[in-house]
Amino acid sequence: MDSALIPEGVKRCSTGKFALFIGIVGAVLLWGVYAMLLCWLKGLNQTNMNDYYGFALWIWADLAVIALGGGAFFTGFLRYIVGKDELKNIINYAVLIGFICYSSALLILAIDIGQPLRGWFIFWHANVHSMLTEVAFCLSCYFAVLSIEYLPLILENRQLNKVPFFHHLAHNMHEVMAVFAATGAFLSFFHQGSLGGVAGVLFGRPFSFREGVFVWPWTFFLFTWSAAAYGPCFTLSLTKLIEAITGKQLVGEKCVNLLAKISGWMILTYIIAKIADTWYWASVLAPAQGFTLMDFYSNNPVYGIWILVLEIVIGGIIPALILITERGRKNPMLFILAIILGVIGVSINRWVMVLQVMAVPVMPFDTWAMYFPSWQEIATTILPVAYGVILIAISYRYLPVFPQERELND
Amino acid sequence: MFPGLFEWIWDGGHMVFMGGLWYALGIIGLGLTYCIVKSAIDTAGGGEGGHGHH
Repeated sequence: MDSALIPEGVKRCSTGKFALFIGIVGAVLLWGVYAMLLCWLKGLNQTNMNDYYGFALWIWADLAVIALGGGAFFTGFLRYIVGKDELKNIINYAVLIGFICYSSALLILAIDIGQPLRGWFIFWHANVHSMLTEVAFCLSCYFAVLSIEYLPLILENRQLNKVPFFHHLAHNMHEVMAVFAATGAFLSFFHQGSLGGVAGVLFGRPFSFREGVFVWPWTFFLFTWSAAAYGPCFTLSLTKLIEAITGKQLVGEKCVNLLAKISGWMILTYIIAKIADTWYWASVLAPAQGFTLMDFYSNNPVYGIWILVLEIVIGGIIPALILITERGRKNPMLFILAIILGVIGVSINRWVMVLQVMAVPVMPFDTWAMYFPSWQEIATTILPVAYGVILIAISYRYLPVFPQERELND
Repeated sequence: MFPGLFEWIWDGGHMVFMGGLWYALGIIGLGLTYCIVKSAIDTAGGGEGGHGHH
């Protein structure tokens, strides 16, 4: 029925099967939309946020998708600025994932402010001393950049591309894409950094407080670095997932290998910096404020030292060591393990910096403030996942997302 | 948001934050305008356009 819209020379499942898939995921999406409407119409009392937890589950999801979506700016930077031409075979997909991650992040923020009609206040009444203002500016601009990067792909749809203006527009946008990619890298540096900076300047929270370089706590640089390092792991994970679902090879080995190798070295250098940061914090910063390392990892039902090990060793050192070695990258099982551990590693880092920070007692009379999200928070956190699945499915079906698909599956 | 308008103060914070925002918006706007105008000219000229530009 929709065969005229499907790219030439590739095979897709039947329209009925596709519609059934979209319908099932769409039901999950509607559940999330219902929860979102409850938050907007009834207010944030639908959540379990309180005076301890001003940051809830979805803010962790927000920071996590921004870090995971970092694959878009870093792959774009490598492709258009550094000149790694091989990455042209995965850049479309990286941009699509980035677009989904950032539109999801903005959606989550729109829910989180409770009063979306007042969202424009952040621009008009800008607090120019706040890193979150910078984050809001950069996120909005970078989402515009991602939309610009995604648009030529839409215009290359078989039917749209027959319209001469759209055909020329797609071509001309590709010609100047380096300018947009450079702007995206600039914006990402600042918003990723400032998200980390927000945690680093919480001097009343010795768990996340850090000293700094000029006006920036060094969590600023660790966040940017980790997003660039781990973002490609997410891009590669979803590439392997869609290859498994479709039963096709969609991106060539050379391209996957190059991106994985760069990601591995970035993770390794990042994790060395992270270990140095943790060591200095545990041995100098925290003791200076009257805490020992184990104060942050004991006397509570969840946060044991395991979470530090999971973040640094299992989600950092192990994927880095696998991805920097050719043997590790060539072994399919080890490769999949490494990219999944990478995704877990950066997600745990964001969890710790958003939620554990809030849970840690900071006063002698305080106790750990544990928290469990309401179903509305869970539904609105799953909402962007359902939206992302639908957008990937539609894009894969109708757009030339993977330029090597025909060549690799003939 | 703009110099001379509501809540604007001529200090370093406003110049850095708003300068950065308008710098980014300026590049995005100019880049898009260039693409749209050039595409309109190309379309009017009746050319085939480029291929293989991924």
